[in-house]
Parts: sequence; C-alpha cells; structure tokens
Amino acid sequence: MAAFGSFAILLGLVLCAYTFVVGTIALRQIAVHPQASFGPERLAESARRAGIGSFIALSAAAFALIYCAFTNDFSVSYILHHSNRALPWPYKFAALWSGQEGSLLLWAWLLATYGFVLRVRHKVDVKLTAYASTILAAVQVFFTLLIVFPAPPFALTQGAVPADGFGLNPLLQYPEMVIHPPMLYLGYVGFSVPFAFALGALMMRYPGEKWIHITRRWTMVTWLFLTCGIFLGMHWAYAVLGWGGYWGWDPVENASLMPWLTGTAFLHSVMMQEKRGMMKSWNVWLIFTTFMLSILGTLLTRSGLVSSVHAFAASSIGTWFWVFLLIVLSVCLFTYILQRDHLQSEHKLESLVSRESSFLFNNLVLLAACFTILWGTLFPIISEYVEGSKVTVGPPFYNRVAVPIGVFLLLLTGIGPILAWRSTSFKSVQRNFLWPCIAGVVTALVLMAAGMRPWQDVGTLYSLMTFSLAALVMTAVGSEFWRGARVIQRHTGKNMLFSLVQLTRRNTRRYGGHLVHIGVVIVFIGFAGSAFNQSNEQEMGFHDSMTIGPYRLVCQSYTQDSNANYDSEYELLNVYKNGKFLTQMAPERRFYHASQQTETMVANHSTLERDLYVVYEGRNQDTNQPIIKVIINPLVAWIWIGVAVMAFGTLLALVPNMSAEQAARPRKQQAEEEVALTAGAGD
Amino acid sequence: MRAHPTHVPRVIDRSLLRTWFQLSAACLLLIFMAGAGDTSARYKLLGHQLMCTCSCGQVLLECNHVGCTVSAQEEAELRNALNRGDNNQLILQGFVQKYGPTVLAAPPENGFNLVAWIAPGLVFLLAMFGTALLIRKWRLQPVAMPPEMAADPHTSTILAKVRKETEL
Repeated sequence: MAAFGSFAILLGLVLCAYTFVVGTIALRQIAVHPQASFGPERLAESARRAGIGSFIALSAAAFALIYCAFTNDFSVSYILHHSNRALPWPYKFAALWSGQEGSLLLWAWLLATYGFVLRVRHKVDVKLTAYASTILAAVQVFFTLLIVFPAPPFALTQGAVPADGFGLNPLLQYPEMVIHPPMLYLGYVGFSVPFAFALGALMMRYPGEKWIHITRRWTMVTWLFLTCGIFLGMHWAYAVLGWGGYWGWDPVENASLMPWLTGTAFLHSVMMQEKRGMMKSWNVWLIFTTFMLSILGTLLTRSGLVSSVHAFAASSIGTWFWVFLLIVLSVCLFTYILQRDHLQSEHKLESLVSRESSFLFNNLVLLAACFTILWGTLFPIISEYVEGSKVTVGPPFYNRVAVPIGVFLLLLTGIGPILAWRSTSFKSVQRNFLWPCIAGVVTALVLMAAGMRPWQDVGTLYSLMTFSLAALVMTAVGSEFWRGARVIQRHTGKNMLFSLVQLTRRNTRRYGGHLVHIGVVIVFIGFAGSAFNQSNEQEMGFHDSMTIGPYRLVCQSYTQDSNANYDSEYELLNVYKNGKFLTQMAPERRFYHASQQTETMVANHSTLERDLYVVYEGRNQDTNQPIIKVIINPLVAWIWIGVAVMAFGTLLALVPNMSAEQAARPRKQQAEEEVALTAGAGD
Repeated sequence: MRAHPTHVPRVIDRSLLRTWFQLSAACLLLIFMAGAGDTSARYKLLGHQLMCTCSCGQVLLECNHVGCTVSAQEEAELRNALNRGDNNQLILQGFVQKYGPTVLAAPPENGFNLVAWIAPGLVFLLAMFGTALLIRKWRLQPVAMPPEMAADPHTSTILAKVRKETEL
C-alpha cells in the first residue's frame, strides 16, 4: 500500500503540473491569438481534466494512508509514529493529520478537492475558471512537491518493523480532534479559491464585478469552515488541556486567527465593490493577504521559527514555505502593478456617516487586530535579532493591546448595519441610535448597581464595556429586524413571527449577516465572563469537601481503571449547589501505554450562568491523596451558543433570496399552483 | 410678575476644580493601593505575569501540566518572596535573574521591548488618521455620478415609500 500511495502522490504531482503548465500555455495563446484556429480551448480543456485527475490521484493517496493506519502497517514510518494497535478506530482517521507529513497530504488533498469542485463547475465562467484553475494548480504543485520531497508520508521504517506503533498523541484522542483539524484546514485551504479567482480576474482584466459574485459563496463557506475550526479548537483546548481557558494566544492559535480577521475584512469590504464599485485595489490585496497569512501561519508552525505547544518538529520545510511565500508575493505585486489601472473606483465616498465609511473603519480595526497579533507573534524573533535575547509575548500583552481593539470592533458591529449606503441623515442617525444607546447605558448602570466595579481592575472595566456594547448592538440589530418585519406585517396582515421569517427569506444575505453579528455579540458576552473566574485547588481524600462560589464538592471515592489503550485514575465527586445535590462529577487522569504520556480528562458541568470545571491534577506523593483543581468559569456556554448562531447566520446568508411576491403568497397557494403546473405539464 | 433674571456667564472656579481633581485622584489611588496591599491579590497578579518554564508555554498559575515540578517550585518561590515582603518589581527581577527574560509573560516596558507595546497603538492611530484623510479626500473630489434613471412614477412612489418606511 505504501508503494501505491507514493505512486498516487507522484501521479497527482504530474497531473497538477500538467494543469499548471498546459493551462498557462493555453491561456497565453488565447490572450495573444484570440482568433487562432489551432485550439487553445482544447489545451485548456485537457488541463482542466488533468486537474480533475489530480484530485482522484491525491484522494487515492489519502485513502492509502488511512488504509495503512487501519491495517496497522507499521512498515510506513508515519503510521509507526502516529498510531498503534489499541487506538480506537475513529482516531485512526486522526492519524492522517496528527503529524507533519500526513497533515501536508491532507492539505494537498483538500486543495485538490476544492480544485475538483471548481473545475467541474467551470461553466459558470469558462475563461475565468480556467485562470483560477491554473493558479490553483500552481499552489497544488507546491503542496504536492512538499509531500514528494521534504515530507513524504509513505517513507518506510528503517530497520526491523516493530510489532506495535508509538501511538497517537493523547491530546489528540478526543472526539473533537476528528473534526477540528479538517475544519481548520478546509478554512485555510479554501482561501486559495477566492485568491485564485481574484488573481485570475486581475490577470485577465475581468470586466465588472461578476468574479465577486462567483467567489462570494466560496469565501463565505471557507470563512465558515475557518470560524468553526477556530472555535472547535477553542472548545478542544477548554475540554482537553485542562487549564481552564479556551484561548492562550499561542502562535498556532494566532496563526489561525490572522487569516480569519483579514478574511472577515474582505467579506465586508467586498460588498462596497459589489454595490458601489469601490475599493477594488483594497479588496484584491485583502484576499492576497488572507491567502499569504494562511501560508505564513503554516510556515510559522512548521519551520520551528516560533515556539509553540502545537508546533510540529522543526524541519527544513520552512525554507520551502519561505520561497513559496516570496513567489506568491512577487506574482501578486507584479500583476497588481501591471493591471492596477483596471482597479479604478467607480464611485467615491459621499458622506462620513454612511455604510461605506463604517466598512472602512471596520476594515481598519480588523487589520489593526491582525497586525497586533502578527506583531506579538513575531516580536520574540525581532527581539532576539535586535537584543540577542528572546522575550515571551503571552496573554498579558494581548489582553492589554488586543482586547481594546476587540471592544471597539464590537461597537462597530452595532453601528455599521444601521447606517445607510451613500449617506445617512442626522434624523435617521438620531432615530436609529437612540434606543441602542439607551440600552447600552441602562445595562452599564444596572450592572454597576448589581455590584460590578469597573474601577477595581481593567478586566472588570472591559467586561462592563462589553456587556454594555452587547446591549447596544443587540438593540440596534434587533430594531433592524423589528422595523423590517413591521413593514411586512402592515402589508400582509400576518403576525410578527411570520413577518420576521418572510423578511429574512426575502433578503437572506442581509438578515443572515445580522444573525452573524448577533452570534458575535453572544460570543463576546461569553468572553466578558472571564473577568469573574474563580479557582481553588486542594487535596481531596474520602469525604473531604471544598466550597467555591455557590458549590460544595464532596469526595465520594477515588479509584483506578485500565484498558488496552490507557490506565486511568479518577475521583467521584458529589456536587451540591446551595445545599441541594446537583450532580456527580468524575475528573480523570489517563496514562497512555503506547506514547507513555499522561493526560487529564476534565469534568465540566456547564450551564448558561457558569461552568463548574474540575481537573484531577494528580496525587500528592507524600499523602497519596488526589489533588483537585476547581475553576468557575462564568458564561462560557455563551461562546459555543454564539458560534452556533454565527454558523446558522452564515448558512442562511448562503441561501438564495425568495422574491417578494413568492414570499407574500401563502404556502398553501404556492403548493396548489405547483400541483396545477405539474398537472399541466403532464398534459 | 417675576422679573427675568439677567444672564450671568458661569465662571469656572479653577481652585475648586483642582481640589475636585486632586480628591478624585486620591480616591482612585486609595482604591488601587488597597488592592495592591492584599497578598493573595498580588500572588494572583504576579502569577499571571510569569510563565511556567517547563516549556509547556502556559502562564504560571494556569499550568496544569501533570507532574510539572517546575510550576510548583516557581509558585513556592513566589509565595516566599511575597512573605518576605518584596515589592512586585523586585520579585519579577528575581525571577528574570534566575530563569531568564522569557519567564516574564509579556515584554518588559523598557528599552527596545517598549516598541512591542507602542507599535500596535501607533499603527492603529496612523491607520485611523490615514483613513480619515482618505475619506476627506474622497469627499472633496468631484464625483461623476451616473445619470438618474428615467422617472417611472410607479417605481418612484415605491422607492419613496421604502425609504420612508425603512429609513435606508
């Protein structure tokens, strides 16, 4: 199977190289000799089919690696190092992305999959798709080269093949780990598609903004994958790592956030180009930057440039990424300089108080956040270069520098959607902002009356600001739904719920976007809760108890267990809230046989108000009693709810609009008309 | 019949203003000092300004690395220093001397490391300023607007109604 996998990768390389080279020749011929009769279209078609072939070849390679994992083929070095016989079968899949070579194969395969969809749907715009396909093939060539030369996933084990493998990293043996990395990679890789379309459109001087319409869904789906990937990672860190938090500002986490920020900026500013023909150069550079940041993130984590708990082993692969990044930057710069006259804005900004200027500031804040994170991630390297000694840039830095930017962004989330395109009258501003501002101020006053003291520490101040702004944004967005639904209600005479549904169905993009903003606000509410975390740690033997917040935890027993994959120690704790029995929790510590590593399994009782997060820290070597750490994390559940709302809003925005007439007609009448139409067709 | 009072311009009493300002500052200082004197609060504060040096990459008080002896040792050292009555600066310096500058969870605010703190804010302000200039430039430039669409009375009425009803 190893030989088959290697052959499939080589075949994939040949096919995507063919797509790139022949595609380039065909496009050149079409550009120089548009009337030529020797068939550059046929060449382009053969390149497209080769691209589809590369998907089949790389799918076969990915299948071969998974097959090796399932059949415990330890003659493949990668499987030896990332799997073992006792590993449960779902985690055998996870072996595909748990190491450098496998994850690069996954990257190449996902890229080929995106390319496959793009090439199959080429009739949307044959010429533009041919350009995008050729550019995508160039990216494919790079990633396939990586798995052919510096990181081959099918390299054979040297010497005698051991009877069992070294196992999967215990941290990865968690259900979410089966979906988190593919989601994240789908996000990273997905930005290649809008990048390829943008570069292709610029190269061919594509007239109009149709390329934006074509790539809109690609970008949104990609953004959704990246969003889900990031938040799944946060949830995994929260549920598995056992330090009580979900975001540690680790370089790898930062690497995923940077393209998300620029991608979000692109999703907003591209609307200005679509609706008003503005900011064309800006948008092109935003998507170029997003793609390059995806590559830079990969470079940072795989080259050993920055130290991270997530990083792969340092290897020579960094040089490959540097070269690729330089090539991409050069191509983007060269194309832009050559074609920049094609990117003249059709309109100018008419008023400072307009949707356009709010988008400008939104972009500014998102990019400032991105710069701050990039700066913080790279500063240890800069400091080492300048001063000769490394410094740590950890959570205190980001909390002080990035959190205010985040709070400002939350404010813009509320302001932007209620400003009109072109210009908003003072009267309209007054009317639209009055209630949101009142809601914000009232929330702040109520919270202070309830005991929040923002002058005591900065965390509480930011928290209060977040709650207050959340109320402002919720009221602003809510009033958008309310006003629109009232108009429909007046015209149709239906109830408010029906009107809200109709309103959303008539403009899914706008109201889906509003839902995403509501999701963002809910996520921020969850973040704001972290200012009120409490924790306690103590030894807990039989019938020992610990009180924290409204909870009392009493140890019922502590014991050990064992299976083929790991040994475990755990403690049973009865939890009482305000004197009443609430639940039983079992924090655990596991020792994995194959990898000889120990991991904690957190016990978490989650409610909308707070999470009771219990960690089994180990045993005191003197007394042999378990040490239990308990953390109360307020409002964390809101983060996961907010993400679900964001995902729902994005999916809604992807659904085509229903026309006003269609939406106004009762469903029964529609069904009757459809039946009549079908009957007529049968005649 | 009441006579209208003559409008007297309000003069701000500067000395009163200064007194209020000084009193507010003193109150704020008291609040912050009150928090700073609490040993457990200082332990929490400093514990979150230090890193665990076992290479787990976690803040000292958040390191839950199973069997990590380094964080336990660092925490004990922190407690001892606080019990000795050392001030925050001295405690942090002691840790830097023993474990190197990477023990601090954020770059110190002096020398070249100050750049780390200044750059993001500076870039943000410059970008704000640049955007404001850009908007001003755009607004001042004459814009070639597309000709208005032929006035269809029905469309115009609907558009006017939509604008009125949605204010958009």
